[in-house]
Amino acid sequence: MYKLAEKPYDDPVEMRKVFCDTLMELAEKNKDIIVLDADLMGAMGTKPFLQKFPEQTVDCGIQEANMVGVAAGLSAVGKVPFVHTFAPFITRRACDQVFVSGAYAKLNVKLVGSDPGITAALNGGTHMPFEDMGIMRGIPEMTVLEPTDTVMLADIIRQISGVYGMHYMRLVRKQSVRIYEDGSTFEIGRAVTLREGKDVTIIASGYCVAEALKAAEELSVRGIGARVLNMFTWKPLDTEAVVKAARETGAIVTAENHNVINGLGSAVAEALVKNSPVPVEMVGVQDQFGEVGPVDYLAERFELKAENIVAAVEKVRMRK
Amino acid sequence: MLNVEKIREMNIFSRRIQMEVVKMIAGLGIGHLGGSLSVTDLLSVLYCNQMKYDPKNPQWEDRDWFILSKGHAGPALYSTLALKGFMPVEELATLNRPHTKLPSHVDRTKTPGVDMTCGSLGQGASAAAGIALGFQMDGKDNYVYVAFGDGEINEGQVWEMALFAGHRKLSHLIGFVDYNKLQLDGPTDEICKLGDVAKKFEEFGWYAQSVDGHDVAAIDEAIERAKAQSEKPSMIVLNTVKGNGWSRSANQVGSHSRGLNEEELKEALAEMQAAIDSY
Repeated sequence: MYKLAEKPYDDPVEMRKVFCDTLMELAEKNKDIIVLDADLMGAMGTKPFLQKFPEQTVDCGIQEANMVGVAAGLSAVGKVPFVHTFAPFITRRACDQVFVSGAYAKLNVKLVGSDPGITAALNGGTHMPFEDMGIMRGIPEMTVLEPTDTVMLADIIRQISGVYGMHYMRLVRKQSVRIYEDGSTFEIGRAVTLREGKDVTIIASGYCVAEALKAAEELSVRGIGARVLNMFTWKPLDTEAVVKAARETGAIVTAENHNVINGLGSAVAEALVKNSPVPVEMVGVQDQFGEVGPVDYLAERFELKAENIVAAVEKVRMRK
Repeated sequence: MLNVEKIREMNIFSRRIQMEVVKMIAGLGIGHLGGSLSVTDLLSVLYCNQMKYDPKNPQWEDRDWFILSKGHAGPALYSTLALKGFMPVEELATLNRPHTKLPSHVDRTKTPGVDMTCGSLGQGASAAAGIALGFQMDGKDNYVYVAFGDGEINEGQVWEMALFAGHRKLSHLIGFVDYNKLQLDGPTDEICKLGDVAKKFEEFGWYAQSVDGHDVAAIDEAIERAKAQSEKPSMIVLNTVKGNGWSRSANQVGSHSRGLNEEELKEALAEMQAAIDSY
């Protein structure tokens, strides 16, 4: 069960702190929880895990392909490896290892890619993945997740540690906007309805969730009732919630910190055309590379803000 | 020291694996012949004398693991497993046919006795290291064997793993390079020169040896030396002949992937049987 925070707010606790704390909580009870990294433990804030559980930590050095393969091997002998590096490196650079040694071999690896999309900020285009979720979504049987805030993150880590199979989770390292109350729990594969509405549905993930809520506020001032779904599981997609939204609100806007090609917009559109086609607009990165800049600048540059969502809603309603 | 009878048993078993390999590939019309034939002496030593395993319980917890990183040599491993009782020998005739348990490249989810899925070259390296690391973490003494092709070690992932395993002192990881000097497009010296392979692994922190890969006693002794030390992962470079065991495939670039017609099959089997009779 989940409960919404009274109002979204900037969480003073960083995502990486909760990532590390939750893994320590699990490792305390389970010696098979193994944390692997490719020389980014400092950046990911997992040094406390290393200090407390040195025997359950494997810092491989800068070798992502080997790290993913080692994790696959560890899982073959019963370990539960959580493997972290920046999202582009785990999904692009080690893609074939994820595919063959992990997924095709039906092993049990938890892949964690940090700094998704514009949150790569000052690391710029080389490090700014707008395609990571799409790459992972194309791999059979992979569960693909984007936890929204620290509360959801902790719940998802606990859940996937106990579910056999391949999981990819993209993860903001630093601050996120807090949406949920402490203690909330979630069902993987089920969208969260953040707000009811009858005129349009905004389906959002990650960075864009808080922007979607702001957009819905603005739209209500204009007399438009916008339903907001937090689609934190990109695969398996909650087709039922998408179809229901289409039938009940007649128009959909997707909002993602990702390329709209092979992104959340694509996933939603696939579900709609097969079941209940309605007009869709897609807020997201329009097939572009990343660049350097602060997150706020990049959100404007790539048009991921509430105002862009509002504009997309106005547009999609014209097409109803 | 091995007695003469054991050596004879291993030599004969290697030829028997080869006979099944040529039958499988002739039956299908095409297959990875050369690299399957060059690795059978290693497989014979492992499955006749070195590895702990139970064909009736392929997942036995105390077994040693074998990772065929050069996953395209599946036919050689399948023959070995069938002859050792992991599956009926008749099953070998299903190689690469729809619904088979024996795909071209080895698959842990399909074949009893296959410990890791390999085929995208270099990947068995890291999986083997991960398995060995898991055993090291749990204080277990299972050995993990991994076999590479020589062309395969062009892959950067092998060298990432080499650094990693050397650093972690994975002493129960024992690797082999089937150094038959030929890769798909030609001689390894012409495609991407490997130089002194044993020396390279030594530099990466391994206990490295180089032996005649068709001398079962030499292979067995090298494994014994590898096990006698507990400081480093081991690499045993096997100097082999691609397509070994049949005069028409031996040392031929074209033997990487080919078929055998009825006459060729008869000839190959006769040569292998003659070898058996000579031991």
